[in-house]
Parts: sequence; C-alpha cells; structure tokens
Amino acid sequence: MLLHSILFYLFSAIMLGAAMGVVLSRNPVHSVMFLVLTFFQSAILWLLIEAEFLAIVLVLVYVGAVLVLFLFVVMMLDVNIEAAKRSVARFAPLGIGIALLMVVQLVQLIWLRSRPAGITSGFATSPEGYSNTKALGAVLYTEHVYAFEIAAVILLLAIVAAITLTLRKRPGLKVQNIAEQVAVRAKDRLRVIKMDAEKKT
Amino acid sequence: MIGLEHYLTLAAMLFVLSIAGIILNRRNLILLLMCIELMLLAVNFNFVAFSRYLDDVTGQIFVFFILTVAAAEAAIGLALLIVLFRNKRSIAVQELNTLKG
Repeated sequence: MLLHSILFYLFSAIMLGAAMGVVLSRNPVHSVMFLVLTFFQSAILWLLIEAEFLAIVLVLVYVGAVLVLFLFVVMMLDVNIEAAKRSVARFAPLGIGIALLMVVQLVQLIWLRSRPAGITSGFATSPEGYSNTKALGAVLYTEHVYAFEIAAVILLLAIVAAITLTLRKRPGLKVQNIAEQVAVRAKDRLRVIKMDAEKKT
Repeated sequence: MIGLEHYLTLAAMLFVLSIAGIILNRRNLILLLMCIELMLLAVNFNFVAFSRYLDDVTGQIFVFFILTVAAAEAAIGLALLIVLFRNKRSIAVQELNTLKG
C-alpha cells in the first residue's frame, strides 16, 4: 500500500508537471511532446486502479494516433511563436487567478465528505482471475451495442469530413487520364500520308 | 491509502490547469485544441475513478465512447485548422474576423 501511494504521487507529479509544460511552453512541438508525456502518465495512473483496458487504449489510440496527428499538423504549419509570447504575459494574472480560485473550490468540495472521518474511500480490489477487458467486452457488445454502432458511424463521419475538408484540386496540375490512355487507337495518333520522293538538292 | 478523493483531486487540478491554458494561450488555435484534449482527459479520470469506486464497468464504457468522440473531434478540428491555414496563412485567433462577429 505504501508503494502504491509513492507511485501515485510520483506519477501524478510528473503528469501535472507535463500538463504545465503543455500550457506554458513556447514551442507548439514541445507542447505536443508534453501532451504525450501527460497521457502516458495518466495511462499508468489508470493501471494503478486496475482499469487496464482503458490504459492500453489511451496509449495505443490517443498517443499512437491522435497525438501523432497533432504532431503532423503542428510541424506542417509554421506557427508564429513571437506573437503568442506577447499574449501569454497579458493574460497571465487573469488565468492564474481563475485557476487558483477554481482549484481551491473543487478540492474543498471533494474533501468535504471524507474530512470528518479522516479516511479516504478506497477502491475495491478485483478478485483473482478477473479480466477487465473481458468484463468491458461483455457489457459493450450486449448492453451498449447501439452506442457502439453509433460510435462507429461517428468515426466514419470523421474520416469523410477530414478527407473532404483537406482535399483540394490544384489548377494546372499535370495528371494522367488513364481512361483516355487506354482507349486510344493507332489511327488517332498516327497519320500516314502519301507523297513523292524528294530529290536531294 | 490512495482513494477516490486523491483521483478526483488530481482530475480537478488537471481540469483547472487546462482552463488556465485556454485563458493564457487564447491566440493560438492549436494550443486551444490541446487544452481541450487535456480537459477531456480530466473528465475521463473522474469517470474511471468513480467506475472503480462503485465497481461498475459502465463508467469505463463511457470513457471508451468519450475517447472515440474525442478522436473524431481532433481529426475534424485539425482538418479545419489546415483549411484555415491554407486560406489565411495564419492560425491566430484574432485574425478570424471574416464573419464580423
């Protein structure tokens, strides 16, 4: 239990530090890298409370696909870093003030119930041989199958929308017309003409 | 002992940090999108913690769907960002004044 606590505090400290790095770093590429670190640490924290399937999904789907997509876009666009620098300084007091106020309120609210007893409400440990993935799958494909299908449609919609938004036809681009090339006949290309032989001068 | 309150506090801190990020970086559209991702992560933290606390997998199913929708949102948002950059050569929020809103 002590090791569990030490690991929790270590990983959550790294996670909050990385989240701060996302918010504060000047370079957007560094921000994405810090975001990767944040998601990794949160996957580890989910592993600590035995939500194994979602932890792996977070690493595979989020870090592996979504954040790599972010990285591609950040590297494709050249963002003006100087312009962003000025705005950070101007809104810093407002942002930090609102953040401190909210965090104090939320933490008070969360600890209000457990404070008198002085003990925190722990998580139930799973029995031997319990599979988180199996339990999730058993519910996902039976009780929530309708939502699962809607999620599939939403992903299809995202594919179609992303492709149609970014697809562009550039004018003046030299491309092959395959159908025309296949359908061509010799008489269209070659003209045989009859003429007398010319004398050498 | 690490309990529900610790996880809820961590999620609250992450959420508030991303709100601060939205206020601080409100000129840069890419950083705004990243802060929204952080917010969704904080919400997912709450779902997972409560799901484990109540010993009910429905919360984790919900996180699964949030991840799906967030992935779709990120893909479409980044596609819009690329179209915007192509048209205006910049993604600064203060230059988005075409609609005169």
